[in-house]
Amino acid sequence: MFEFCTDPATLDTLRWFSCYLTNGAHFLFYQSFLVVFALLAVTAPAALAFGFAAAAASRSQILPLSWLGKTYTAMVRGVPDIVFFLFFVLVLDQGIEFLRHSVVCPDWTDPIRQGANFLVCPDARTPQSSAPQWVHETYGFALAVFTYAIVFGAFCGNVLFGAMRAVPRAQLETGEAYGMSRRQVFWRILVPQMWIYALPGLSNIWMILIKATPLLFLLGIEDIVYWARELGGSRTSAYQYPHPDWRFWYFFGLLVFYLAFTRVSEIVLARLTARLSHGQATAAGEDLRKAAA
Amino acid sequence: MKYLILTAGLLAMSAGAASAQDVVRMGTEGAYPPYNFINDNGEIDGFERVLGDELCMRAGLTCEWVQNDWDSIIPNLTSGNYDTIIAGMSITAERDEVIDFTQPYIPPASSLFMALSEDADLEGGVIAAQTNTIQAGYIAETGATLIEFATPDETVAAVRNGEADAVFADGDYLLPIANEDADLMIVGEPVQLGGGVGMGMREGDERLAAFDAAITAMKEDGTLNALILEWFGEEAATW
Repeated sequence: MFEFCTDPATLDTLRWFSCYLTNGAHFLFYQSFLVVFALLAVTAPAALAFGFAAAAASRSQILPLSWLGKTYTAMVRGVPDIVFFLFFVLVLDQGIEFLRHSVVCPDWTDPIRQGANFLVCPDARTPQSSAPQWVHETYGFALAVFTYAIVFGAFCGNVLFGAMRAVPRAQLETGEAYGMSRRQVFWRILVPQMWIYALPGLSNIWMILIKATPLLFLLGIEDIVYWARELGGSRTSAYQYPHPDWRFWYFFGLLVFYLAFTRVSEIVLARLTARLSHGQATAAGEDLRKAAA
Repeated sequence: MKYLILTAGLLAMSAGAASAQDVVRMGTEGAYPPYNFINDNGEIDGFERVLGDELCMRAGLTCEWVQNDWDSIIPNLTSGNYDTIIAGMSITAERDEVIDFTQPYIPPASSLFMALSEDADLEGGVIAAQTNTIQAGYIAETGATLIEFATPDETVAAVRNGEADAVFADGDYLLPIANEDADLMIVGEPVQLGGGVGMGMREGDERLAAFDAAITAMKEDGTLNALILEWFGEEAATW
């Protein structure tokens, strides 16, 4: 990056580090933080949507729909995250290829499973093997995001289901007394009031989601853990910047990053709780009312 | 006329299929210098990078490099995530049952022990090796206690921090490390393992012949030997 970086072996410590920390591999490391933020930015709303759908379904008076919602939350909550991640990404990947295979090449006679091989016709390959590497990486990332959304959606579903039941029955009855339909009571009274009950649970899930992001590494995505291990490993002079085992420092950096990130989240969530408590029939809401009076 | 259109259509289709096939995705570990590693620019580098690019050029194939962890490198080949394994993988009978190999491009080389002291217990001590390597398989058969790690670097780290008495790996990987670290030394006798390093491909992949021919050509015109000497030093075994 800097002009003096052409021969790192001759540099003094400060310059050596300024070159080392700005080399191509380190830029990929810094970029991988964006991967983590992107994962959170997409997963959080998606999981909330999944959870909302699951909670609404669980409350439904239509029995099959209610079963569907309850089975989803119970099943996903009951399986360890890692097992689910490893299993579901594989299922999605092979499922998509299998479906495309059935549509694109119905005349294909070779079996798809040949011993250890899972081979669909070339046109059904997802992504196409001629696609550039970034398409493959984005596809893998998308599968991971979808899996995260399903897993964390189930947790959100459980929290939202509980929150919906925590809204005082009297509030709903008042709505009914005004002649609102079930649907109107749900959208106009229940949903606006449930968030304050859901927030402690949801903020907990948010924290767990942040801490679950290193699972990306397990799915073969080059995230911050991958790069910390890769860059921290000891390096001989086959590399431009040889150094001993520095994994301690890289993982320590990740630790600081995650601690800072969760701390900032806590502050934001505390503010959000205060905001949502305004005018609510909860202890916090009552405190706010008294303080203002 | 009908047939003409049909034939033309079929030709166009097969041409389309061929162009989809033309990109060969080369899977490597990127953690095993000097065979393959991620260099300071974050690119895949090493002996196998140069060799792979040369083979693809000679075989007239377009190649794209993919990094994949060692412990899932065979399953991800068979499930089609990439088309070759070019990652310092020794040809063994067990692996040959699952995947196909080209002819070897590196002759069978010796595996070495590296330890902190000359008197490390190689017969009954704790030996570190990378998971799913021929070295790990070999240690499992001896009286020593095997501890496995996902990456080669972790096996060496285990010796440095005293978790293992010695590490057992390809000599070509260990020698540069032993040369540069005053604390580490090569101990014991070299062990000959495996049938040389070859490129792995899915069973029945017809592109294997093209790579085989390219390797033969490189062996015959001496470029392969020159490349081996360049990356593994003057002592390295050649063809």
